[in-house]
Amino acid sequence: MAESSRLGQSIDSFVDSSCSLTQQAASLDTITSLVKNGVLSVEGLVREMEMYLTTTDNIIRARGILLLGEVLACLVSKPLENATIHSLIGFFTDRLADWKCLRGALVGCLALMRRKLDAGMVTDTDAKAVAHSFLQNLQVQSLGQHDRKLCFELLECLLECYPDSVAPLGDELVYGICEAVDSEKDPQCLLLTFRIIEVLARLFPDQSGPLASFAGDLFEILGCYFPIHFTHPKAEDLGIKRDDLSEALMLAFSSTPFFEPFAIPLLLEKLSSSLPFAKVDSLKYLSSCTLKYGAERMLKHAGAIWLAIKDAIYNSIQEPALSFTSESLVGLGFQENEIAKEALTLLQRVIVQSDSLYLSLIVKDEDINMILNTITSYESYNDIYSQGRLKLHVVGRFLSISARSSIASCNRVFESFFPRLMEILGLPVKNLSADHSPIVSSLISKRLNFGALYLCIELLASYRDLTAGSKEIASKSISASETCYGMLQSYSNLLTEAFCSTLVTSPQDADIYFGVKGLQILATFPGYVSPMLISEFESILITLMSIITLHFKKTLLWKLSLKALVNIGSFIDEYHESEKVSSYMGVVVEKSISLVSLDDFTMPFPLKLEAISGIGASGLNYMLKIVRGLEEAIYTNLSEFYAHENMKSPEITIRLLECYSNKVLPWIHENGSFDEVLLRFPVNVWSQIESHVDFSIQVQEMELLDATMTAMRHAVAFCSVESQNKIIQKAYSILSSSTFFPLKEFTSLTIQFQLGGLQLARKIDNLSYRDEWILSLFASVVIAARPQTPIPNLKEILQLFMTTLLKGSVPAAQALGSIVNKLGKESNELKISSDCTLEEALETIFRTKLWSSHDNGALMKCSGTNNGSEMSFADSCLGVVNNNLPQIHAITGLSWIGKGLLLRGHEKLKDVTMIFLEFLLKNNKADAFPLKQNSLESSSERDLHPSVIKSAADAFHILMSDSEVCLNRKFHAVIRPLYKQRFFSTMMPILQPLIMKNDSSLSRSMLCRAFAHIISDTPLTPILSEAKKLIPIILDCLSMLNKDIQDKDILYSLLLVLSGILTDKNGQEAVIENVHHVINNLTKLIAYPHMMLVRETAIQCLVAMSELPHARIYPMRIQVLRAISNALNDPKRAIRQEAVRCRQAWASIASRSLHF
Amino acid sequence: MVFELINANPVVYEKKERRARSAPSDYSDEYAAEPIDQQEVFDHVRDIKDPEHPYSLEELKVITEDAIEVDDMQSYVRVTFTPTVEHCSMATIIGLCLRVKLLRSLPSRYKVDIRVAPGSHASEASVNKQLNDKERVAAALENPNLVDMVDECLAPSYG
Repeated sequence: MAESSRLGQSIDSFVDSSCSLTQQAASLDTITSLVKNGVLSVEGLVREMEMYLTTTDNIIRARGILLLGEVLACLVSKPLENATIHSLIGFFTDRLADWKCLRGALVGCLALMRRKLDAGMVTDTDAKAVAHSFLQNLQVQSLGQHDRKLCFELLECLLECYPDSVAPLGDELVYGICEAVDSEKDPQCLLLTFRIIEVLARLFPDQSGPLASFAGDLFEILGCYFPIHFTHPKAEDLGIKRDDLSEALMLAFSSTPFFEPFAIPLLLEKLSSSLPFAKVDSLKYLSSCTLKYGAERMLKHAGAIWLAIKDAIYNSIQEPALSFTSESLVGLGFQENEIAKEALTLLQRVIVQSDSLYLSLIVKDEDINMILNTITSYESYNDIYSQGRLKLHVVGRFLSISARSSIASCNRVFESFFPRLMEILGLPVKNLSADHSPIVSSLISKRLNFGALYLCIELLASYRDLTAGSKEIASKSISASETCYGMLQSYSNLLTEAFCSTLVTSPQDADIYFGVKGLQILATFPGYVSPMLISEFESILITLMSIITLHFKKTLLWKLSLKALVNIGSFIDEYHESEKVSSYMGVVVEKSISLVSLDDFTMPFPLKLEAISGIGASGLNYMLKIVRGLEEAIYTNLSEFYAHENMKSPEITIRLLECYSNKVLPWIHENGSFDEVLLRFPVNVWSQIESHVDFSIQVQEMELLDATMTAMRHAVAFCSVESQNKIIQKAYSILSSSTFFPLKEFTSLTIQFQLGGLQLARKIDNLSYRDEWILSLFASVVIAARPQTPIPNLKEILQLFMTTLLKGSVPAAQALGSIVNKLGKESNELKISSDCTLEEALETIFRTKLWSSHDNGALMKCSGTNNGSEMSFADSCLGVVNNNLPQIHAITGLSWIGKGLLLRGHEKLKDVTMIFLEFLLKNNKADAFPLKQNSLESSSERDLHPSVIKSAADAFHILMSDSEVCLNRKFHAVIRPLYKQRFFSTMMPILQPLIMKNDSSLSRSMLCRAFAHIISDTPLTPILSEAKKLIPIILDCLSMLNKDIQDKDILYSLLLVLSGILTDKNGQEAVIENVHHVINNLTKLIAYPHMMLVRETAIQCLVAMSELPHARIYPMRIQVLRAISNALNDPKRAIRQEAVRCRQAWASIASRSLHF
Repeated sequence: MVFELINANPVVYEKKERRARSAPSDYSDEYAAEPIDQQEVFDHVRDIKDPEHPYSLEELKVITEDAIEVDDMQSYVRVTFTPTVEHCSMATIIGLCLRVKLLRSLPSRYKVDIRVAPGSHASEASVNKQLNDKERVAAALENPNLVDMVDECLAPSYG
């Protein structure tokens, strides 16, 4: 019983119009859930509501019926019995006549009509009754917007779901719909209206059907909406855009051919409208209607449509034309707007539909013929006035579109225009037997007519695209008997020569552009339809190649020719034309390789490399060949260096190596992995080194070494593990056979590290250049190795790198960092790892005890005694006092190792950073670290050289910054996500108090430097959350760093952090407390003389600060304005512009401050 | 009060495309000076709004780039503007706007001379005199109504 009372309450509260909307919605939910859960049947509900449904009180009855309708709408998927549905639909059908409760009746009808078959549908007879009642009782246009929408939805539903039951209504239905939709204005309803008409047209396709007779009336209603003029302010709130409406209307327009007599004239008329969107719409609608109405009906409009298209295009294309150097150029490069695009689409459609008709229109067109007549009078592009160019462009587009549509039309266009163009160009028909030499030679001396050249190339291009575009069309219907094929064949030879002569003789960009384009088109016909003989193809290649080698001073010609060659290469590669590929190989690829290997200095070397890498990139086979050629060139060059005295500058070799590593290698890697190709280069370089025992490379060729290392790194990085393994083995064998290996005295854990003319130093100093090469190259191999690649005899190599690192070899340090980064933890499960685990390796690195000696000869052992022997490597850095160079090297080395650890998130990093911190704190013993007290008692008496401390601070830069050379994704580093954030958040709590407490100016400034390095490489988000604490330190650092010109880069990156904070909302809150200091600092930086970017950023920061709360910044106003007025006189323009902005921003925070 | 426009229907010209500066030279030359030139001064004043129309002075061709003379060495700028109609009473307001804008945008070492183009205004001499009289400019800027008007005209040029 509780349920029935709840039901009663719910019904009451819904029907009671004084209840709020939410209450009504809640009660609807309650009732629906009751019915859904089967507690209450629909019949039961109706019985319960009887009083509400039948009362004579209009309001209550309306609410009651609405409630029933809404409940049914929520129950669309609940199965109901047919009898129930029948009686319900009968009820609602009747109620359609009751205009006072129409809303509920409509909702109810709609809910029932939309039911699917599996849940019980309304029967056909009932549907017919609904339609009948609808047509009889409803005056749709007199209803409100929402009711109209429901009406239209109901109509649409009837037409869509019950076509068979409404069709018999025939004339009545069509008439009713006409009446209902007439002069509808609401966009949502309109969308439905258009849809209804579209469906209606589908319902009565018959010639004698009711729609055919009403088409005129219906179109009268529809036509007045065109073009859609939609001024609703915000499309979002209705969810309808102009385009939706326009699209729907277009579908309605093209729904039935019966509209043709009315629609086409209207559309053609609207084409002359001054509104651009009306034109675009007309053209779109015409395209759509053409398809639907069929060729026969469109026949009589052909002439008008052709005129309209021409008109639209001529009037819509305007200057400026693109220059001939730009990338993608259509026709003569005029900008085509949307109107022109639509017009061309329409043209394409109508030609596809009825080609002979439109082609005869085009062929006979007076304008086109007139232009063909006038172009004879203009020799070159520059002679043609701009209107003429435009016309020429349009004609070219017409011809190209019509020729492109089908083979038949292509034939027709060729027949009608090609001979004429040839005549204008002065090319006579080839006599098959006669030799052509006299004519051709006379022709070469004469310049080609530009207009004819352009049109001819458009024709050729469309024929080419037609044949190449679809292989089916080509093989099916194109044969040697086609007209265009025959024509082209008879002219191809002459055309080739004509184009070639244009290239060489003409100084004009336009001629060059089209000459090259013509050659490219002629060379890229697919083999089976190519009108070209292979010899002609070769002659084209030879011409282009000779431009590459000889005419490199004409930049445009050279670039275009290279592009054409690349294009031809990739085309024939794609179409597998073996004959042409082989001649391409012979003429182009071989020749370009020989360019690089020859000692011919007429052509600039960078251009040679550009040509060779471009040609290589056009196909895999070419690239493989080119790689070989390039490698050969590199080997010969390198071996010359190894073997002889300095013969020539290393520049060429360096460029070759750069090209190899920057262009060729990535391409090979992207286009499939060719391990053997990648493997070849490193292995060969190593073998070469092996075979040259006498090395004569001088110190000044460090650049060459760098380039070789880079190439080596890249090549190795792309290799697979197996290949890397081979390379490393090879490299190791050479390394171990070299003079300095193994470093016997270093293998023991205690290394005698003595300076001032002692053993080791001399030993490393005595490394020959060959050894240095071997070592550096080996280091690059190690840097690029994958984590899975085992490194042989790791312990020894570690030792070797350690000692060379102290000599200042950065690659060795980077290799060490890379090793500790990639070495598997514990013994690797894959068992491919070497004889040494990470722990062991670290042990080796850190426990190496280095003995150092002072000048006075007292030997001092600096091993960590109490708190961890891992300090001893560091101690080596600390211990050497009198010579700070090795210390700096040791620090640099340690920082690379630290970077390796940081990236993988290893806990040993802590020790490394502690070492750096100790250096930074070295000068004030007061708050010395416990670490230091224990281990460094003896050596801490002496002060460190400032440069050493500085390098310790800069070590944080190496730790945090991204390196191009090693330890990045490319070189397979193990990188933990968010490692920067983690390091930042561990370091800040340590650094902050240190900086605050420290009094010694040197170590304070060094701490600040370290802080700046860390913070400027950290992502902004973690900084923002700490901004409050960090800002005072950042400001300290800024004022400290602006003293030395060498610090300008750190200063700039730190300033960027500050500006990041300033532009963030949370950051601004933090700044507010320090406004005074921030502004003091920034105003000083405005005058920073050494870097424009610093000044600019400082001013931008000030602009950002002007947004802060008024009360806080107002007192600073005068100071800022004074500083800014100096910036107005800055030597750099960008600064002055920013200063004007800033000045305005600050001046406007006070009223009328014109004097500042 | 019926407010009648002085030039109710001015000819509006197209804005000239903003010439992009050849990229901020090379960064290697950190200390090279880029002297203030015609284009820079023109960029300062081109967007000033006309006092009675929602167009910029550039669009109305009151100001053109050629009408600006700059001598960075001597710290001297001379701006010659052309009122749209001869009897334009807005000429002084436009001149005042120009002066204020340049006052705010140029270093203080500059002397700014603002003139009406010869023959373009009925009372050319008096307007010129008024615009280049320090005292009178200062006095005008004490007048809150005038300052509001000037600020309104200058507002869009910072957009």
